[in-house]
Amino acid sequence: MSDQNNKELEALMAETVGIKVGPHRSWDAVNQPMIRHWAEAMGDKNPRYTDPEFASSTEEGSIIAPPTMLQAWTMRGASWKHAPGTQERTADQPYVLDILDEHGYIGVVAVNCDQEYFRNLVPGDDISHYMEIESISEQKQTGLGVGYFVTELWIFVDQNEEKVGEMRFRLLKFLPPKRAPKAAAKPAAEADSKPKKALRPRPGMNKDTRFFWQGLKEGKLLIQRCTSCKTLRHPPSPMCPSCRSLERDAVEASGKGVIHSYVNVHHPDLPAFDASPNPVALVELEEGTRLVAGLIGIEPEDVRIGLPVQAEITQCDDELALALFRPLSEKEQG
Amino acid sequence: MTSSVTSASTEYQNLTFSQVEVGQKLPVLDIDVSTELVVAGAMASRDYQDVHHNKAGAQALGQPDIFMNILTTNGLVGRYVTDWTGPKAVLKKVNIKLGTPNYPGEVMKLSGKVAEKTEKDGQSLVEIVIAGKNSMGNHVTGTVLVALPQ
Repeated sequence: MSDQNNKELEALMAETVGIKVGPHRSWDAVNQPMIRHWAEAMGDKNPRYTDPEFASSTEEGSIIAPPTMLQAWTMRGASWKHAPGTQERTADQPYVLDILDEHGYIGVVAVNCDQEYFRNLVPGDDISHYMEIESISEQKQTGLGVGYFVTELWIFVDQNEEKVGEMRFRLLKFLPPKRAPKAAAKPAAEADSKPKKALRPRPGMNKDTRFFWQGLKEGKLLIQRCTSCKTLRHPPSPMCPSCRSLERDAVEASGKGVIHSYVNVHHPDLPAFDASPNPVALVELEEGTRLVAGLIGIEPEDVRIGLPVQAEITQCDDELALALFRPLSEKEQG
Repeated sequence: MTSSVTSASTEYQNLTFSQVEVGQKLPVLDIDVSTELVVAGAMASRDYQDVHHNKAGAQALGQPDIFMNILTTNGLVGRYVTDWTGPKAVLKKVNIKLGTPNYPGEVMKLSGKVAEKTEKDGQSLVEIVIAGKNSMGNHVTGTVLVALPQ
């Protein structure tokens, strides 16, 4: 797309900013049955939403709607229509998302949803919303394609036109990269009802390193040893760096060591790791070699150089066993 | 000492402002993302987009299955925080950033940490940083601002 086309598009879009459209009315006033359905779906047992007896002792003196339900009240529902009394968008209020669609930016993904609540809603409140385009970004190159970030500002008011809440909804509208249409994704196996669990990355393994990973599977932390000069080394390698012998075996480590150095990994935040940030240490074993390993039983901010640690051989999944290190308590340090 | 109130047969924790410390972690909550949860959440929020209830419709758009709508994510994040604070807390802001989809079969692990405590306009406000992670990464990250009793 040429710069000229971009300029025309951006000029068209700029005209849509700040034009308030609405009100969009709701079909039902805030009511107990819809609140109960919501609380039931979310598994939310907050008595303020569903227990009138408890709620009578609160500031509102009655049940309230879950604040996060704000947007639900004015939704169009299965009819795809807003309730009577709604002032729909007029011909001279073009919608920026339609303009972007017409220019080929047909991809859409929601990026942020920021809600603010000015008061709790109670049964009988009659909610409407207004919407305006608050801002449109410059053209951006994103992982999904070239596009624009559009921020919508939704203003929610009650029956007295008093503002009860606000929502900023940010979307990316993008030009899908040109490629062969994707075949419909493979349906997930019907019987696959087992919760999915992300697995840790697999180690690279070869003839020289296999014994180390095999040792972990058998519950042992092994250190490679030169059988000629008895020097220990890690990571495993074919030749002794001290005497150049190719002869080697392995000895079992006690698993005791100290943190020689460490990082707390913030990015990427990998699904297989529960801790975020994820503390990873270079551990110096009491035998003298060092290895990189994950830390457990410690908060990232508490990790210190010199901290005594003990290996725990951990079966992470069916195939992978790792030596993770846990700080020793003062008593265990003796 | 945490005060608690009894309603019907359930006891609720009621955290006060002074009981909360910056850096404090919320207990992790695992949400089993089932087809029922995705559909019930979509219907309760009156969101009839077919990608939230019709698997064939979702697959026509290249998705492997239906997936959770944003309003349900909002609802679960709000619930996660008030489950911890107890019913005397008032939600003020829920700001979320959306990431990987929540398909049926996923488990979303919600975690949270107190980031800030402020007193403003007679309100005792606590900001909590939250994340909800599934097998593909973070479904949701964000912050929740909640007012606690003194």
